[in-house]
Order: sequence, then C-alpha cells, then structure tokens
Amino acid sequence: MSKLVAFAAIQGGYNIVQKAEGIYKKALEDYGPEQKLEFPNTAYHLPINYSLLGIPVKTLADAGKCLDVARKLLPPHIKIVNYLPYLGPLLDAGMAAILAEEIVEAIRYIREPDFYHVSEETDIPNGKLWLGAAEDTIFRKRGVSFVDGSAPGFVAIVGAAPTIEIAKEIALEYQKRSIYVFMCANQGGTTFSEQLVQAGVEVGWNTRLVPFGPDISAAVYALGFANRVAMGFGGVQPGDFKKILLYNKDRVFAFVNALGEVNAEWAANAAGCVNWGFPTLADTDIPEILPTGVCTYEHVVANVPLSEMVQRSVEVRGLKTTVATVDIPLAYGPAFEGERIRRGDMFCEMGGSSKTVVVEWVTSAPMDQVEDGKVVVIGPDVTDIQEGGSLALGIKVIVAGRKFQEDFEPILERQIHHLINYAQGLMHTGQRDIGMLRVSKDAIVKGFRIKHIGVILHAKLHQEFGAVFDKLQVEIYTDSAKAEKVREEARNVYVVRDARVENMTDETTEIYYSCTLCQSFAPNHVCVVSPERTGLCGAYNWMDCKASYEINTTGPNQPIEKGEVLDPVLGVFGGANDFIAQASRQAVTNVCFYSMVNDPMTTCGCCECIAAILPTCNGIMTVHRDYSGETPSGMKFSTLAGTMGGGNQTPGFVGHSKYNIIQRKFLTGDGGLLRLVWMPKSLKDEYYDRLKIRGEELGVPDLVDRIADETVGLTEEEIYPFLEAKKHPALEMESILT
Amino acid sequence: MSETTNPKVAVPEDVSIDSATIKMLRHAQSKGVETIFDRAVKMKQCNIGTEGICCKICAQGPCRLPLTKGIKDGSEKDTRVGLCGATPETIVARNLIRQIAAGCASHSDHGRSVTETFLAMARKEAHDYTIKDEIKLREVAGYFGIPTTVEVDGVQVPRDKWDLALEVGETALSQWGQQQGELHYLKRAPKATYDRWTKHGVKPRGIDREVVEIMHRTHMGVDQDYRNLLHQGARCSLGNGWGGSMMATDLQDVLFGTPYPTTGKINLGVLSRDKVNIIVHGHDPLVSEMIVCAVNLPEMQEYARSKGANGYVVSGMCCTANEILVRHGMPIAGDYLQQELAVITGAVEAMVVDVQCVMESLARVSECYHTKFITTMPIAKCAYGKNTVHVNFEEHAALDKAKEIIKIAADNFPNRGETHIPSDTNRMVVGFSTEAIKYHLGGTFRGSFVPLNDNIINGRIRGIVGVVGCNNARVEHDEVHVAMIKELVKNDCIVLTTGCSAMACGKAGLLTPESAAVFAGPGLAEVCETVGIPPVLHMGSCLDNSRILTAATEVVKAGGLGKELADLPAAGAAPGWMSEKAIGIGQYFVTSGVYVMIGIPLAIAGSPVVKAHLEHDMEELYGGKWAYEPDPVKAAHKILAHIDVKRAALGIDKARERVLMDMTDRQKIEAA
Repeated sequence: MSKLVAFAAIQGGYNIVQKAEGIYKKALEDYGPEQKLEFPNTAYHLPINYSLLGIPVKTLADAGKCLDVARKLLPPHIKIVNYLPYLGPLLDAGMAAILAEEIVEAIRYIREPDFYHVSEETDIPNGKLWLGAAEDTIFRKRGVSFVDGSAPGFVAIVGAAPTIEIAKEIALEYQKRSIYVFMCANQGGTTFSEQLVQAGVEVGWNTRLVPFGPDISAAVYALGFANRVAMGFGGVQPGDFKKILLYNKDRVFAFVNALGEVNAEWAANAAGCVNWGFPTLADTDIPEILPTGVCTYEHVVANVPLSEMVQRSVEVRGLKTTVATVDIPLAYGPAFEGERIRRGDMFCEMGGSSKTVVVEWVTSAPMDQVEDGKVVVIGPDVTDIQEGGSLALGIKVIVAGRKFQEDFEPILERQIHHLINYAQGLMHTGQRDIGMLRVSKDAIVKGFRIKHIGVILHAKLHQEFGAVFDKLQVEIYTDSAKAEKVREEARNVYVVRDARVENMTDETTEIYYSCTLCQSFAPNHVCVVSPERTGLCGAYNWMDCKASYEINTTGPNQPIEKGEVLDPVLGVFGGANDFIAQASRQAVTNVCFYSMVNDPMTTCGCCECIAAILPTCNGIMTVHRDYSGETPSGMKFSTLAGTMGGGNQTPGFVGHSKYNIIQRKFLTGDGGLLRLVWMPKSLKDEYYDRLKIRGEELGVPDLVDRIADETVGLTEEEIYPFLEAKKHPALEMESILT
Repeated sequence: MSETTNPKVAVPEDVSIDSATIKMLRHAQSKGVETIFDRAVKMKQCNIGTEGICCKICAQGPCRLPLTKGIKDGSEKDTRVGLCGATPETIVARNLIRQIAAGCASHSDHGRSVTETFLAMARKEAHDYTIKDEIKLREVAGYFGIPTTVEVDGVQVPRDKWDLALEVGETALSQWGQQQGELHYLKRAPKATYDRWTKHGVKPRGIDREVVEIMHRTHMGVDQDYRNLLHQGARCSLGNGWGGSMMATDLQDVLFGTPYPTTGKINLGVLSRDKVNIIVHGHDPLVSEMIVCAVNLPEMQEYARSKGANGYVVSGMCCTANEILVRHGMPIAGDYLQQELAVITGAVEAMVVDVQCVMESLARVSECYHTKFITTMPIAKCAYGKNTVHVNFEEHAALDKAKEIIKIAADNFPNRGETHIPSDTNRMVVGFSTEAIKYHLGGTFRGSFVPLNDNIINGRIRGIVGVVGCNNARVEHDEVHVAMIKELVKNDCIVLTTGCSAMACGKAGLLTPESAAVFAGPGLAEVCETVGIPPVLHMGSCLDNSRILTAATEVVKAGGLGKELADLPAAGAAPGWMSEKAIGIGQYFVTSGVYVMIGIPLAIAGSPVVKAHLEHDMEELYGGKWAYEPDPVKAAHKILAHIDVKRAALGIDKARERVLMDMTDRQKIEAA
C-alpha cells in the first residue's frame, strides 16, 4: 500500500527536517553563521544541495537557505479518508529529508572532525571505519570505472544483515557483479560495514565496499556521489534539478537495499531515492510500490529473500550484469582488483621484497605451435613451499591466430596485471619485469594453485580479445633459473617494441581513432586518439584503440581518416573535425590537438591531468588528479575538472593523460613542453627520467629542474622568481596569449 | 418501470439514479411544483427537428424534409429538396454548424469577458482582482511569444508581472478580433496535430471571425457544399477549444489560482438549515469568486447574524459550482437538472446566476418560495418572476456588487418558510488541472506525465477517456454518465471528467480515492493506489475541457504513445449532452484527433451522407470522428474497442518485456 509508505515517509520527512533544524540552530549558536561548511576536497560543495537547488553552500548561513527549501517541501500529513493524492508529496518529503540530511552530515564534519576518515581506505586498527564524503579525487578516479562499464552501478545498503555470514555473502555477490556497495545506517546498532569487517572482508573504496557512515543520513554520500557524476561527467548545470535526476535515472544504475526493519526515516530516504529513479528492495514485509514511472521499473519491492536480493535488485533496476566465470576456486571480478593483502594475511610473495624474478610477456607463434588452453607450470607450486616463502614467476603467454598482429602483444600483456588482480586473494602490482604477486593464506585454503593464473589468463583474454586471436597457451616458470631465461628473452623484445612505438608519429599516421567510451555518461564528449596524443584518461593509447576496433568494429573506438591537415602547428585535421562534429552532435566543430589556447579537446571529466595557462609566467601548469592541493591557477584539480567536464570546450584549459606530457606533441601549438612552468612534485618525480630525456631533445637538458612545484610556490607570484632564477625558457618565449 | 399514477408527471425513480433528486422530485410533486422532469414526460421532441432537417433560414420556409422509410431502406430515391433546391446535406450541415457556432460563441464569449476583466486588472482598473498565479502568467506569456524577461544592465531579469500581465491581456484580447494568420495557442498542440491542421486548412484566423463566417456561409444561398460547411465548423471549433476556452481557463487560473487537488462535498444536502444559502449558478466565475471572498468579511458575517442567520453557505450549481469547487473547495449543491430542486428545498435565499444553462423556469419556481432569483450579467437577464432581481455586475466595483448580492440574500433569510433539505451529500477529491496531474505524478522535482504513459504502455492503464458534458432530461439523470464511467474504469481506463458529468461522478462516489479499489480494474486500481488518486479525475468546468486538451498534449510530449493526439489510446464521450456548447466541444475534440462518443444523437439523421461524413470521413481528415450509441455500457465497449485499435497501432497491445541494460545499451542512450 503506497498510502502507508507515504504516511510513514512524510512523517519521516518531518522528523528528519525538524531534527536537522535543531542541529543547525545549535551549530549556528556555537559556531556562528560565517562558519565554513564543506565536505573535504570537493569542488561541488554539498553536492546534493548544490546540484539540485543550485545553492553553493560554503557557510552555515548558506545552509539555512537549503533548510528553508526542505521545510517548504514538507507536504501536509495524509488524512485517513478522502485523502489527497500523495505520490508527489511523498517524493517531496523524501527530498526534503535528503536535503536536510546533507546539512546534518556537513555539520558533523565541524562538530566531530575526526568522525570520518578522509581517505580511500579505512584504518581499522585505529578505529577509522567510516569514510564519509568521497573526495573529488576518488570520484574522478572511480568515475572512470563507472563510465567504461567496469562498474555497472552501485547499491546503497541500508541497515544490517541478519548474520555476518549473510552480509559477507551479499557483499561478495555484488563484488562478483562489479557493483559498488555503499553502506550506511544501522539496524539496532549493527551495521553492514561492521559485519563485513567482522567477517574479515576488506572494506574501502579499493574493494568497492564503501562504509559511508553508521547513520541513515550517510545515505547522502551515495546520492551526492551520483549527482557529482551528473555534473562532472554529464555536464549538467547545478540547479537544473530535472536534468540531474533524469541523468541519474537513465544513466546511473543505482538502487537501495533496506535490510531489517524499515522505520519512518528510512522510508523518507527511500522516497527521496525514488526522485533519482533509484528503487528500494527490502527483506522485510513493507508496503510495496510496484507501478512504474518515476523509476524505470518498480519503486519499492518487499519481502525479497536475502539469497535472491542481489539478483532481484539488478533486475528491478533494469541492469544487466555478468559474473565472470573463470574456473578457479577464488571469487573473481573487478571489485577485487583493489584488495590489498597485508603481510600478516600473506601466504607467499613473488617479486617485491622477496626479490625473486618476476616477468610477464605475451608473444605470438604460428598456429600449429600453440595448443589452446594449455597451461604448464614449470617449477614448484605453492603447495611446495612454506607459509611466508617465495617463488619466481615467469609468465609467458603465447597466442596464435590469423588476425593477430605483433602490435597487439603489449596490449594483451598489459591486461595481465588487472586480470590476475581480479581474483580474490591475489594482489598484483607492476608489469613487464617489475611485477609483484602476493597470495593470501585464504586463497591457499580455498585451493589456489599456480596453474590458476594460466586458467585466468586463458579465459579472460579469450573473452575480451578473442576476436583478434584463435589460440592461447600459458607457460608459468616458478623455477628461478628458467624464469630468469624468460626474462632475458622478454627484455630483448621490450626494447624492440619501445623503439617501434617511439617512432610512430602523428605525421606518418593517417588513421586516428575515436573514443566514445564515456558517452554513456558524457554524451557530448568525444576523444580522438593519435599516436602522439593518448587518451586523456590515460587508459587508451592509439594502439589500444586500434586493437579495440579490430575486436569490435562497431564499438566505441572507430577509425578516423585524419583528412586534410588544416593547421600542422595547432594540430587541426579536417577528418577529425568532421567526426567530432557529428559525434558530439554539433556541440564541438573544431579541435586543435596540440593547443589549449585555441579550441582545445574536450574532456568527459575523467582526465588524468589538467593543464592551465599561467599568464604572468607566460607558461602553463599541469596538475594530476592525485594531487589535492592548491595550484598556481588558483584552482585545485577538482575545481578545474568541475569547470571543464561534461564535454565542454574551455579555452585556456585542457585535459590530458600523464603520459602525454612526455609525448613529443604535448601542446606544441602553444610552445610545447618548454612552456611547462609548474607541476606537482609527485608527478615530476614519477616522470623525472623521461622529462630529462625530453629536455635533452629540446636542447634544455635540465628543463625538469627548472619546472616549479608546490615546494616552490602555489601562486604565480611565488613561482615567478624561481623561474627567473632558473632561466626557465618560457619566460623568453612569445606571449602565450597572442 | 414503476407504475405511473399520473401520466403528466415523471416517476422519480425512473428519471434519476440520484437519491436526493428522487426525494426532491417526490417532494415537488407533492407540492404541485412542476419541474423539467415532468415537462419531459408531457412534451415530446419534434421528430423533424431531431433529424436536423427543418430549414428555416429564409422566409420561404420552413421547409421540412423528413427522411422517409423508403429512402432509408433504399427502396425510394432521395429526391428531397427545399423550395430553393437545398439538399438534405446542405440543410443538415448548415443547421449543425450554426449549433457549433453558437456553442463556440458561448464559451468563447465567456472567455472574452474573463479576458476583459483580466485586462482591467492588469490596468489596475479592477482592484478586487489580482494576479494569483504568477508562474502560470509567465507560462501563458510564453504561449503568446511574449518575452518574460527583460535586459537590465546586460543581465536578463524577470519582467515585472504587471507589465507582463498587461501585454498578455492585450494579446489575448486581440485573438477574438484577429482577421488574419492563426491563433497563438494552436502551436501548443503536438506538432503532428498542428501539421495536420495546416494540411487541411482548419487553423482558425480569429475566434469571432470563424463564428461570423459560419453565419454568413449558412445564410440563404451561400455555401452549398456540406463538406465545405462542416470544414468551417471544424475550423470554428478549434477557435474555441484552442482559443476562447483555453485562454479563458488559463486567465482564470492566473486570476483565481490554478486548481490543485482539494476535498469537496456535493449534493443538495450541503444546503444549511441555519445559514443564509446562496447558490451561484452558471459558468463564469467572475461573480462567484467575489461572492466567495466577500462572505468571509467580518461585516458580512455580522450582517448575516443581524438577520438571524448563523453565517452563509455559498454553494454552486452547474459549472460555476465546478469553478469555485476546484479552487476553493466550496460545496456543490447540484448539477444542471437539479437547479429547480434546489429552490424547492425552500432553503435558498438567493439563486445568483451568471451565464449559460440557467433554466428560465427558475423565475417561476422561485415565485413559489422566498428565493430571490438574481441575474448578474447584462447579457443574461430574465423578464419574468416577481422574485427576479437584476444586479448588474461590474468588474470595476466587483466586491461591492458581491456585497450587494449577499445583502439581498441575507435580507431574505427572515422570509424563509418551511424547508425540505435532503440529507444527501458525498465527499470527493477534485481539482486535477494539467499542472496538478503533472505534480502528483512525480513531485516538485520529477513531476511529469511519464509515469502515466509508462503505465499505459505497460498495460496497467488501458486508455484515457474524457467523459464530459451536460445532463439531459430526455435520459435518466446521472445514469448514463455513471454507467459508462463505471464500465470504463472497470476496464482499466482512467477517466477525466468535467462539467455536469463530473457532478454525476461525485454523487456516485467515483471521485473519492477509496473508490479505485471498489470500481477500478486491477491495473488502474494499482496505479490509483500508488498515486493516491480516484479513478476519475475531476478537471473542472465544461470550459475546462481545454485542460483535457493540454493534458493529452502533455501525454504525447511525454513520449512513447505516438506523435499526435490522434495516436493516443484515448477517447472522449458526452453520454448525456444537451447544449450547443457540447457540440462545439465535441467538434473541437474530433478536429484535434479524438474519437468522440455521444449518447444523445446530433440533429443529423435527416442526411445519411452528413452522418457518414462525421462518423467516417472526418477520421481521414482530422484523425478523430463522431460516434453515437445511446446505451452507456455498449458505448463504453465501443470506446474500449477504439482504444484497443490505437494500442495495437502503437504496438503496446502485448505485454512489455523488462529490458536489462548492459554497457553497450547504455552507450546508445541519446543525449538528453
């Protein structure tokens, strides 16, 4: 009975708003109206209030305006007989509750500054479980997985499961489907998050099991995340509430699981979520709302057996998910990619601090020399060593197929890292000859053996790249001497490969590739990837796009005839322009590949770095998304990204990949790398050697040391003397603004 | 049928299903007061007139050309012509479009008077009126293409509302006298519907012009092509539906507020035993709105007490009732056929009337009681009755005039004699404007017609039917409406209702949210329960049939149900119509692409050719057509059959599958 839901939700809405008003009043008394009110490191203020009402809350005084809106939204209570319609009022009450809760949560950041742990990861030993609002860094980084489909959606789990085992089981089922689990609220003091911790499950953004907070009000972190996706990737303007919510209904596949008894406040939150098109499924006997319309399918579904909760949930949301079926004794999926295995949980280690040989190499061979599905292990298995021991690990993958090209070898090779990482109980880092693999004790108990690495690679590479090869076999060398030999062979190949890629230039290549992978979230954005301008998300280079196209000729990467070179300096290509105009639905008609000053390429919002002009220094700066501090542009990365996401062209700013900085065409239209006057130290360190090489090529061998960073200054005025002292070449160049 | 004891009076149980009406009829008959129900028994309809085949356009006639049995069965050649040679087709078509002209003129002239008051308000010459709904004002300005913002120091800011109202009022008023081009509001229709009008040349140039042209074309010896005549009828009707009526609805909303769901009561039981009963009756809310305001003034309350009354009850009759009900929750005393019965309770101090559907017999019936029969409009006076009073309503002194009327009523209270008020009342939830439906389907943030469309597409709701129109003393009171509507909602059609049809629903308990579980089919009931609405939505007065047009337009725009109004699984019905306005309304629905089912025949039987044109050819032209079926249940099934045809054409006649989206599907989602 919807009427009962409405009755409860409206009451819940009143409770929540009233409580929020009390908390707000007290905060005003204690801290005054000028008190700063914010979530950590975000350009989106309190994202729900900002996105829906267009009010950028910065102080307690600002929050008062939001609470006024919430109060006005509260509808009259429902009469027993001859009652007025309640669906609209019910949704309004829910929205009022959510707007108010976001204020309450923000005030908590003032009152209990240590309550939430500002990090991607929990710190359980120090009692830091609750993560609260995601910083923009997390949102941008995770955003990529939302837009490329490796995270099909998220579930907000409210309350707690009846037992720890069931909690673990539900979480695992969602992880297997790669769905993020956002957790909030408690059931009689028990929380789903704590249940998982007790069950020994690692929680945090890395494992996609995010403990937001112990109260129902922490649900706002899930919704705020969703609305940032709409603004950041969808380019929807703050205040355009209808578009923000419809974007969520159509593109963000989220839903709520209410576990345990549903009270009035939960009902209000569930009603609030319906505004987003996010349905609620409960395991208890609550009134249902089945007719469709505001959500794509049902709005509230009750009495769902916990064993069917996950399956029913994705169906009700209209989501298709796939569970990777790899024949190994471990759970498998992208959600396990970020799982860490600490020394104490570790059974054995390859590479890393154990210093054993680790190498990964994909090569090809004639068809008759490859036996598809064959996995051989040469050397001892994990059962042959003691806990705490180590093994060498030489992985040689041999593929064959008529359509296979040598160029695809490194692409397949790069998959090894995440494909192994997807297995629960395995932790992999690095690539080529600098890898590391840890195996957990739990994995050994479940039956993991070395050959399973081969099983994973065979199954997954076939699944994802089967279109470009026919056969694949895996040889795994745990024998130290033999692994060493494989490494020698592989190293020779790496050198040849690198040289070949290095020599590819935009001039000598006639076909570029589009990348519209993000269009599900950023419908007006389109990337064009050339050999010397990799995708701005850092995930796709020209070769990746080429392979992707071979695999799926109608997919998001399409070949583009470069066409007439309209401007070789700025990098304007007729064919690329035609494609961009069509794919962006005429939103963008001219793009300069090598310029940020003139018609720069757009960004969906998930770029690795953003470059901006520093006019006083006559140069440019760039900042990567892991750097959360201020920059000389006057904006943090998150603010920069917020102003330019969603497929808009913003002259003076451009998104690019980290790797692009050391590519020869990096912003050559504006003067190139010699213009770079500031970058965060961590980024400089990461690319130090390669920047040095590029400096030499450009005739300024110590260029990298002439580039300022945050240790030099955070304003143009602060860094200018440094640049002068170092004789930074940008100061001598013609004005960047001409 | 009960045994008739007196052939000169009606048998109450046979002529109405409404218990209050039955009781009051018995009472009237016991007192020897004659009502319309009795006269309907005594007086037969003219056979030639009902066929529409009497031509009295020139002084050489009337020429009467009844359809003989032989012509009907084809055994006899149809050689009928009038003195001038006019064929049955010409005569029937001329008569019909003159009725359309009259109906459209009535609603549109009502619209004109609202617009004039609106303009007086905007010019600050009518101080008792104000802008109650500024949001709607800005919306309406948009439909007229009037800018709602103005540049100040390089920034666009909202225009001053008074300034805007003035331009809106002037533009609106110009629509009546406009000679060329087309009415602004036509563009509000779905594009495909608009394009169809363009193709067939039925876009009205000006509201008055099309009425006048009908009068010219139907003059002796002008237009002698029935198709050309009916085409002009169609054009004239659009000038009302998408012109006069729609603008009247909109400007009334700006002046008095856009209706949102509210509760109300209906039937003669709302009359009070100890308060001054004032009934406002007719169609134009300009007077009644002021009376509703004025009775609450302390001085008026005091005045009532000074006359020994315990205050006032302002209740409504006919569509004036609907107007004050949907905006203020004021009670409804009764519908068109109950107007005499209200006076017969002996409890009505004043029957205040404006325009349309006011029976002249009120003057006579009022004489039997103390009731003052107060006419208020200069265009609608009454020559008879010793209790008849005319208070000329002036917009410039609206509140004062209202007070004057209230005082006449209060002064009359001590004259009240024996009363006979039936106890019957029914609760209802009313006031479903297009805006309100939109809000209630998704709230402030997600309000839209999408959930309605979605549930039509998934089959929970089979279709949308507007059941509207008058009562007609020739058929059983309320029965035709209630029987048809019950059958429709049982078959999962959501019903939109206005006018006296809405009142029949109210009295039958169909306007309560609880009634969904009782009367609606399982799919419709589920949707009603989800939204908290009755299965029948009361959208206002008969003028407010324009709201059905705008709601249907919203449905088309929400997507998934075709491109034009004619594509919708929808229909209109007027099972008990009687006035020329109803013909005008029916025609504008047909011209807009809607299947219109009537339960009382149009006066067209004299020409089978014209009948065929209306019931078949018009569908080719406009997408909509007329249909006639007197049995309300059979009529409901014909409507359902029509809806099923439309559903099949849309491909929504089969169960909808759940679509599970993967990333590839999601990448194909079009940019919003």
